[in-house]
Amino acid sequence: MNSTFPSGPYNEEPVVRLENVGVRYRIASERVATFKEYLIRRFQGKIALGDFWALRKVDLQIFKGETIGLIGPNGAGKSTMLKLIARVMRPTRGRVWVKGVVAPLLEFGAGFHPDLTGRENIFLNGALLGFTNDEMQEKYDRIVDFAELWEFIDVPVRNYSSGMAARLGFAVATDIDPDILILDEVLSVGDEAFQRKSLAKMEEFRDHGATIILVSHNMETILEMCRRAVWLDHGQIRMVGNTDQVVPAYQEDQTPENVPENQ
Amino acid sequence: MEKAKAIPIYDSARQGSPAIEEMRAVIDYRYLIVQLVRRDILTRYKRSALGVAWTMLNPLGTMLILTIVFSQAFGGSQKGYAAYVLSGLIAWNFFAQSTNAATLHLVWGGSLLKKIYIPRTSFAISATGTGLINLLLSLIPLVLVMLIIRVPIRWTIVLLPIPILFLAMFALGVGLIVSTMAIYYADIAEMYQILLTAWMYLSPVIYSPEILPEAFRYWIVLLNPMFYLIELFRMPIYYGQVPGIDLLLISAGIATFTLFAGWMFFTSKSDEFAYRV
Repeated sequence: MNSTFPSGPYNEEPVVRLENVGVRYRIASERVATFKEYLIRRFQGKIALGDFWALRKVDLQIFKGETIGLIGPNGAGKSTMLKLIARVMRPTRGRVWVKGVVAPLLEFGAGFHPDLTGRENIFLNGALLGFTNDEMQEKYDRIVDFAELWEFIDVPVRNYSSGMAARLGFAVATDIDPDILILDEVLSVGDEAFQRKSLAKMEEFRDHGATIILVSHNMETILEMCRRAVWLDHGQIRMVGNTDQVVPAYQEDQTPENVPENQ
Repeated sequence: MEKAKAIPIYDSARQGSPAIEEMRAVIDYRYLIVQLVRRDILTRYKRSALGVAWTMLNPLGTMLILTIVFSQAFGGSQKGYAAYVLSGLIAWNFFAQSTNAATLHLVWGGSLLKKIYIPRTSFAISATGTGLINLLLSLIPLVLVMLIIRVPIRWTIVLLPIPILFLAMFALGVGLIVSTMAIYYADIAEMYQILLTAWMYLSPVIYSPEILPEAFRYWIVLLNPMFYLIELFRMPIYYGQVPGIDLLLISAGIATFTLFAGWMFFTSKSDEFAYRV
């Protein structure tokens, strides 16, 4: 693969490349929600669709082993970018290239079924991430150990506290040893002891050469965890660079007098 | 931890046929489909005292009511009317439940589809898988009823996997089409419910086709794929006959065509799902 990009800050190989990426949504104002409505509008000849570009002309490389922060106000396109990398979405324009196994950390509710026990949910969650039963069997003890849930493992997840459920989710996602881990606003869960444990686990990851993409509104977390940050604004990259430059610039921009009405 | 496995590379610019890529993905994610079926079965029965017995009691109850109400009206000429109704109901319920569940699961799984890559057909396939397990369980009460009302059980019962396979292919094809449409339009799921009710009464589930007026019968038989599939299902078990080659070929054609059409339609649209759900 020949790249036209300059080499990365650490001269490392890229694991994610976004090239001139654009993502277009059909906007809600003209969205036809029901089939009946569709037929009526079709009949009246009134199917007009508006476009909304969630991402425009985005070029970005993420390098092996780095922990990179994604910051920006709500609606800036952070989640859309994660979806492209997790190959949930295809870009409307441009190209997305990803090398390695990508694992997003599923928040409570997405990957768990409340009526199933913790044990059953571990296997379901593992299967959602593409693992076989045997592979999950091998990981099972470690996951429960890490989540500290042995006492409750055969209790339906609906009876878990949100902290317990979050621990279980984190334990499953991090035990599968992905090449690229996506963390979308999840480090704020659990008690302090568990957060410390999670941070230690993430460092262990990094030591194995895994890449971490972190989305957070908490600038302290970003400063602490990431060397580089990407600032997204209205679907475009406003700034990429070292966190100690990007974060202050972003914070400066977000101070009340600079925030436009729509925030 | 050493990484012996080859590192997968995803490139949105390199894209094969979505239908074939999806098939490959389903094979890779076969354990997910098993887990989804397991989840459906477990959650359905976990909170009920009788558990799995409901799968068997449900069609039995419906059959009892229908037999009491309709055996005079429709069943006069049909010997063993209770077994006739029950076998029709089992085939019909399998179809209705699988296609409905495919739609509900895809809408349920929408939040998941936005977070993580999984083959999008997983929901329709696992819904059909759950339906198959329920179908197999409800064969137990069917055999019991046949023994009680003395409808002979012949060796042809071993041919039952053939009609079940065709029914499953047809249900999966329809499930894929309906669930795709339901992603785009919220009222499709409800419209499908109404369609299913009408469809059931146009299928020979509770009556035998002979009671229909001649002209009317011709059209129902011609236009209703479930007519063939239900009759084919009854052949080896209720009638105790080897299905004729005509019926077999027509059913095989319907099943293959529907599955193919459903798969192509679904996979041509599935890349847009994350934008929609």
